[in-house]
Amino acid sequence: MNTVLSRANSLFAFSLSVMAALTLGCFVTTAFKDRCVPVQLQVSRILLKNIEDFTGPRRRSDLGLLTFHITADLEKTFDWNVKQLFLYLSAEYSTKYNAVNQVVLWDKIVLRGDNPKLQVKDIKTKYFFFDDGNGLKGNPNVTLTLSWNVVPIAGILPLVTGSGHVSVPFPDAYDIMKTY
Amino acid sequence: MLSLDFLDDVRRMNKRQLYYQVLNFGMIVSSALMIWKGLMVITGSESPIVVVLSGSMEPAFHRGDLLFLTNRVDDPIRVGEIVVFRIEGREIPIVHRVLKIHEKQNGHIKFLTKGDNNAVDDRGLYKQGQHWLEKKDVVGRARGMQCSFCWDCSCWSIGSKKLASLPLEQCRSFCYRTFGVASGL
Repeated sequence: MNTVLSRANSLFAFSLSVMAALTLGCFVTTAFKDRCVPVQLQVSRILLKNIEDFTGPRRRSDLGLLTFHITADLEKTFDWNVKQLFLYLSAEYSTKYNAVNQVVLWDKIVLRGDNPKLQVKDIKTKYFFFDDGNGLKGNPNVTLTLSWNVVPIAGILPLVTGSGHVSVPFPDAYDIMKTY
Repeated sequence: MLSLDFLDDVRRMNKRQLYYQVLNFGMIVSSALMIWKGLMVITGSESPIVVVLSGSMEPAFHRGDLLFLTNRVDDPIRVGEIVVFRIEGREIPIVHRVLKIHEKQNGHIKFLTKGDNNAVDDRGLYKQGQHWLEKKDVVGRARGMQCSFCWDCSCWSIGSKKLASLPLEQCRSFCYRTFGVASGL
């Protein structure tokens, strides 16, 4: 320990080990935490159209237009190891051609420090709800759930589904009005 | 300051000690390689640890963050998961989130991805005429991450992609092959 270089070297090595230990501590203390919270979901309006899928394969497909409300208190999921929560509302249903379909309708990023109480009313889908074909017409069971991806500072990236979902049947007929 | 004492040490060693040192060095290198390959087998992914290169997944992942991937084929792909995938014809994989999936009865899945920080989905990035990704395009799924302290690896900043300088491209493909780095666009 008699040169600047060797002192700098041991200081650097020590700080690396300390940071590694801190990171491990961050990860281990929050790895097994239950991050599920109750969620209230309501769908207020459903419209079904059948138009050409301009977002992808240019084919006439069913388009669902929904208006919904979400209420959730996410305070419990935040702790010292959570950088942000990526919330997403997904619709899951099954059709004649596809056994499992999942479409993300809306998403939101909640950073640590933002208001953890989520309350959105009368919002429309952020992404177009096109089906791969015409499977939404008369579909008896389309389930909407709010899930979130917990993004830590260091550790596992779990996907947690909120407890509380809503299942809605889709109308049997297409809406021919131009407005939504 | 920088003294070359160790060269004197080497000169003082006899042949046996020299061989021992060489073997020691070889052991260290092969242990590192074994650990890396072992990780590849355990996770099932061809690159179990990747480095995020671009800001298309901000604020979740910044440039320089490490991602730990697994690639269990029997684990079905579901929306919200972060997948690292490679587009045909492009060498550098992309880290984005799954937006839509359609799975048939026989297990065949086609899915669409989007970067959190991008305004539109990734169809503009896929090959001409390609609308969906499939399981074969997936390199792995991000299961854990480590926030990095080195932001803005300026050597790989995506901004320079527009200049399309040849040495930068070669540098990037070399780094991908050796260390396993993942980009986002």
